[in-house]
Amino acid sequence: MENVYIAIIILWIFLFVYAIAGSIDFGAGFWAMFYRKRTDTKAASIANRYLSPSWEVTNVFLVLLVVALVGFFPGAASSLGTILIVPFCLVLILLTIRSAFMVYSYSVQKYTNMLVIISGVTGLLIPALLVSILPAAIGGFVETVGDRQYVLVNQLFTSPTFYTHIGFGISTELFLSSLLLSDYAREANSEETYHVYRKNAIVLGPITLAFAVAAIFTLIPEAFWMFENMANEWLWFTLSLLAFTIGYSALWWPSKKVSIGQPRVAVLLIALQFGLASFAYGSAHMPYFLYPDVTIYDAFTNDTMFQLLLIGYGVGMAVLVPIFIFFWRLFMKDKRYLKQEESH
Amino acid sequence: MDNVLLARSLFGSSMAFHIIFATLGVGITLMILLAEIMRLLKKDEDYGLLAKRWTKGVAILLGVAIPSGTIVAIMLSLLWPGYMEIVGQVIALPFQIEIFAFFIEALFLSIYVYAADRLTPTMRIVSVFFVALGATASAVLITDAHAWMNTPRGFDYVDGVVSNVRPLEAVFNPSIYVTAMHVIGSAYMTGAFMLASVAAYRLFRGGLTDRETTYHKKGLMLSLGVALLMSFYTANNGHDTAIMLHEEIPVKLAAAEGLFETQSNAPLAILGTPDPDAGRVVGGIEIAGMLSWLATGTTDGVVQGLNDFPQDEWPPLFVHTLFNLMVGIGTALLGLAALYWVIWFLGRKKQKPYPKWLLGALILGGPLAMIGVETGWIFSCTGRQPWTIFGIQRTSEAATNSGNLGMLFFLFLTLYISLLVLTGLVMHYYFKRNPVTHELEQPLSTT
Ligand code: HDD
Ligand code: HEM
Ligand code: HEM
Repeated sequence: MENVYIAIIILWIFLFVYAIAGSIDFGAGFWAMFYRKRTDTKAASIANRYLSPSWEVTNVFLVLLVVALVGFFPGAASSLGTILIVPFCLVLILLTIRSAFMVYSYSVQKYTNMLVIISGVTGLLIPALLVSILPAAIGGFVETVGDRQYVLVNQLFTSPTFYTHIGFGISTELFLSSLLLSDYAREANSEETYHVYRKNAIVLGPITLAFAVAAIFTLIPEAFWMFENMANEWLWFTLSLLAFTIGYSALWWPSKKVSIGQPRVAVLLIALQFGLASFAYGSAHMPYFLYPDVTIYDAFTNDTMFQLLLIGYGVGMAVLVPIFIFFWRLFMKDKRYLKQEESH
Repeated sequence: MDNVLLARSLFGSSMAFHIIFATLGVGITLMILLAEIMRLLKKDEDYGLLAKRWTKGVAILLGVAIPSGTIVAIMLSLLWPGYMEIVGQVIALPFQIEIFAFFIEALFLSIYVYAADRLTPTMRIVSVFFVALGATASAVLITDAHAWMNTPRGFDYVDGVVSNVRPLEAVFNPSIYVTAMHVIGSAYMTGAFMLASVAAYRLFRGGLTDRETTYHKKGLMLSLGVALLMSFYTANNGHDTAIMLHEEIPVKLAAAEGLFETQSNAPLAILGTPDPDAGRVVGGIEIAGMLSWLATGTTDGVVQGLNDFPQDEWPPLFVHTLFNLMVGIGTALLGLAALYWVIWFLGRKKQKPYPKWLLGALILGGPLAMIGVETGWIFSCTGRQPWTIFGIQRTSEAATNSGNLGMLFFLFLTLYISLLVLTGLVMHYYFKRNPVTHELEQPLSTT
């Protein structure tokens, strides 16, 4: 395989991990807000407990993604930067407010209410802003005048694909986080909370699917080139649909621990489904970063640097994976953490 | 303001904000590690309590350090695409490895904070060790990119095209060693002085029980031990940094000292304003021969002056003041830490309380050290102007050409100011609500 394709695949892996981790993280924030007044279930506190130790780690993935992008594709920085600067800066401001309040409320009780609202609202806005970048990169929304590039904001805002993408982003986020939290609640032996999140997942699954299909079809008028490419990726899309079907049905599989459903299987398969679909979407986007001006070939770094970076990621991952496993066991498995009545 | 100036202001203020929290993240985690070690060695739970309360502070600070770092990392690409285009081809490695340092730090910090009650004492030390290691390593790595901007190596650059890249030569550029050690030394020093400020403030206010007094005195001693060592190291290594400038970037040293004429027996100018018309620093004190001696080791050494360089390559001359502030603060704090230990030595038999004036001065120590860090960094980045990559790329060539920067500058500035105020308030409330008396009375529980 060509180096440039190895690089783009690594980038896609990071994007995928961040999309999953971010969805769950931001989604948990939203659910904590959604259920904050409910006293009959532990839905809010389960969401919060999941959130506390995980946001920092999720955040590093965002940085990893950006650093890997400019490391592998330094030539993309300047034209992508033009499109990204406003949405990304807004995301950064929201992220900062969110993280700060996460820590404030951990220290001073009186901020707890404010945190719940802030992390709930930002939990929807941040993913929406991030996803809005996708339609902008499809092309047709950027105009180059002289040596400057401008985003055609009006056209973007009146284009249906912009909204279907955002709808897809948010429904995926809520779907994935419901699934994971239902699994988490089951680990914590909180059956009624498990059912709350399971029900959410059941409702959100078909909505997500509908948005996914709509996002693809609204592309036709905006970026026919991409739609054509997608048709060539039909195999991946079919596999993805299959994974969805099996994963979704797992919510009804018999189980020993709870009355119905295998949430662990569902989470894994839906993540797989998301992986397959995003891989297909990404391949259809190739070889463009920004249609039609910037291709991955133009933007790629030199081979020496590429090889060193590859070694770097190899060594780094070898060190990190054991630590991740330790971390996972400490917070996702350890009954003493899961069962605390009062989250800190 | 034009676009480049806006980009510089936005980035500079973001860095200045990040560095407050980042420096404390590096400095205080070292102190926590030392406190945990002292606790194990001396079997003294007071140190455990110090570690616990400092950790609380760090956890609050990191809540801002991490997003502010995310901001600067992403802004670097958004605001300086021209610069990142070269960085990506030549010196992407430290940025990449830094991510792993962040991971290690973030993971172990979560473990140390959220799982403290489930860890054995050794595992606690191991966790804090990795937190401190991660913080220090990330500072060294990012400083590598900064050092490379001052002394760029490892590539050829002809007509805007990078070729013949030698990444390791870039990583081990000539200024990395002194610069990284200076940054780390000054961060440890600042963390220690900050904690000393807090302890000194409590002792200064008085009204403490004997138990509390002993507790705060232990905190003060541990901090000032590190502070003394590190301020000595920082000053000494700052001298080496100045020699590095003399050899690699003489124009920056000339601007720092306001030296216009190339000369032997060059004077060291303290305070005052460099005046290009007069060709010297006016209103300051000059010590004849001192600059030559500092930079070259003999008063006969020749130091290059600004007039040797085209005027459009001069940094802004106000960097002289920034440099003076940093060096002045460094000298004053070294003196202060030494003075503390003299007074401690004289009074060690008699259990006398520390004199009020000493505690008062110590309260100022932490904020002063922070001003040293800020002025040092702004000196270093502004002193590199008009270059972003010294001798290779001008700042105007590095900057983005996107609009909207004015609005963003305003938004971020508002954010930074609000967070500074809020973080201060949160710290204040937390430690007021949970006074150390409560915890001293009960046996140490680690929740
Ligand atoms: C507590 C903070 C602190 C203190 C007391 C000092 N410094 Fe410093 N200095 C820094 C904090 C700092 C810094 C913030 O860490 C800088 C900014 C960039 C860098 O590499 O380190 C720096 C940079 C810096 C530079 C410029 C390096 C460059 O531009 O590449 C020089 C020449 C010195 N220092 C010299 C000194 C001397 C002679 C000191 C005598 C006491 C001194 N510093 C004390
Ligand atoms: C020399 C000055 C700097 C020092 C000492 C420093 C140190 C630190 C420290 C201690 C943290 C907290 C790390 C954590 O808990 O994960 C941090 C966060 C961060 N810094 Fe800086 N930093 C400096 C400059 C920069 C610069 C110039 C960048 C941009 C490239 C940067 C990027 C980051 C990022 C991305 C984070 C957040 C990491 C995360 O998500 O955990 N830093 N920095
Ligand atoms: C953390 C402490 C730092 C502070 C307070 C700081 C401050 C500043 C300031 C004030 C400027 C604007 C300079 C001017 O236009 O006059 C600037 C520019 C810049 N700094 Fe730093 N800086 C810091 C660390 C770093 C590090 C570690 C890097 C390396 C990655 C870095 C990279 C840059 C770049 C790329 C620019 C923009 C281009 C330029 O103006 O030359 N800075 N910084």
